[in-house]
Amino acid sequence: MAQAKRPVSPHLQVYRWSVTMASSILHRATGVALGAGTLLLAWWLLAAATSDEAYALVQLCMGSVLGQVVMLGFVWALTYHLFNGLRHLVWDMGYGFELKTAQISGWVALVGSGAVTLVLAFVCGGAS
Amino acid sequence: MAEFRLPKNSRVKKGKAFKAPKGATNTKTISVYRWDPDDGENPRMDSYEVDLDSCGPMVLDALIKIKNEMDSTLTFRRSCREGVCGSCAMNIDGKNGLACTTGLDETKGDIGVNPLPHMEIIKDLVPDMTNFYAQYASIEPWLKTKSVAPPDSERLQSHEDRAKLDGLYECILCACCSTSCPSYWWNEDRYLGPAVLLQAYRWLVDSRDEYAGERLDQLEDPFRLYRCHTIMNCAQACPKGLNPAKAIAEVKKMMVERQG
Repeated sequence: MAQAKRPVSPHLQVYRWSVTMASSILHRATGVALGAGTLLLAWWLLAAATSDEAYALVQLCMGSVLGQVVMLGFVWALTYHLFNGLRHLVWDMGYGFELKTAQISGWVALVGSGAVTLVLAFVCGGAS
Repeated sequence: MAEFRLPKNSRVKKGKAFKAPKGATNTKTISVYRWDPDDGENPRMDSYEVDLDSCGPMVLDALIKIKNEMDSTLTFRRSCREGVCGSCAMNIDGKNGLACTTGLDETKGDIGVNPLPHMEIIKDLVPDMTNFYAQYASIEPWLKTKSVAPPDSERLQSHEDRAKLDGLYECILCACCSTSCPSYWWNEDRYLGPAVLLQAYRWLVDSRDEYAGERLDQLEDPFRLYRCHTIMNCAQACPKGLNPAKAIAEVKKMMVERQG
């Protein structure tokens, strides 16, 4: 009798998330977000070099609520990628692999980047 | 390649529910992944209400009780029942581990039991380990030497050199770590995975082995070694408390160091 094609067992569907697993995928996601955000930065610089009207349009977009949210997200992506990048740097030197250490550094990157983002938003956002 | 959804034939359906025997007061529901190669159906989760008052303390005890008393069609691997053989590796409550060393009381409420993740399933909780074992064989896990063996003694090792094997030799090849690794899920055909790389390192640091250079040549590949992204699921899953992520980092360091 012909056997049915074997199924693949559940993976992401059942695996319990841990902070180290989340920080890994976030590192990749923020890396992609930074690529997209850099296009916005290029747009801003190009506009500044083009004309007053072009620059005013960028300022209008970035000044809107949506623009502010995007900016906040960009800043967080940058700080998180930086924090987690430092983790990777330490790992590449061969340190910080003990389970507890890796879990704590994962939380530090998450909480630290959130805090720095809020401070930057308060300081820079409040000044404008 | 990363595929986040299960293919059509692998999506898990709701299955049958087996009630506890009459009079049982202290019960726990255990949902178990079931797939029968002969009936042409999709996998399903059957649930079993186990009477804890007449059951041993471990998840494996519950599975054996289910097979003995409730549903003899349930299939799983087990042997030593004391964490030495690695046969009963499975995904328990979302985390890979050995059923024989995982206590039923480690989970509050119901327990979900699945096979090792992202593996081809032969039946129920039994995955096909062919690829995993072939990868293990590919690193040539035995002592390889060029020098002539001493005529009247073993190849000796200092205490310090022997200590370098601690945290490596204890691996029982249960595959809990490799099948917990998302990198291994997406690239199991080309990435060797944490278990095999930990073993590769075990032979690389063995002071008696004389093929370190050749072994590193074998590993120097974008996929075989460098798919490790330090997700650390391996170290969290290992039932022996080993740290494959650290071993992989040591291999990467050896790669850099030998370039001078």
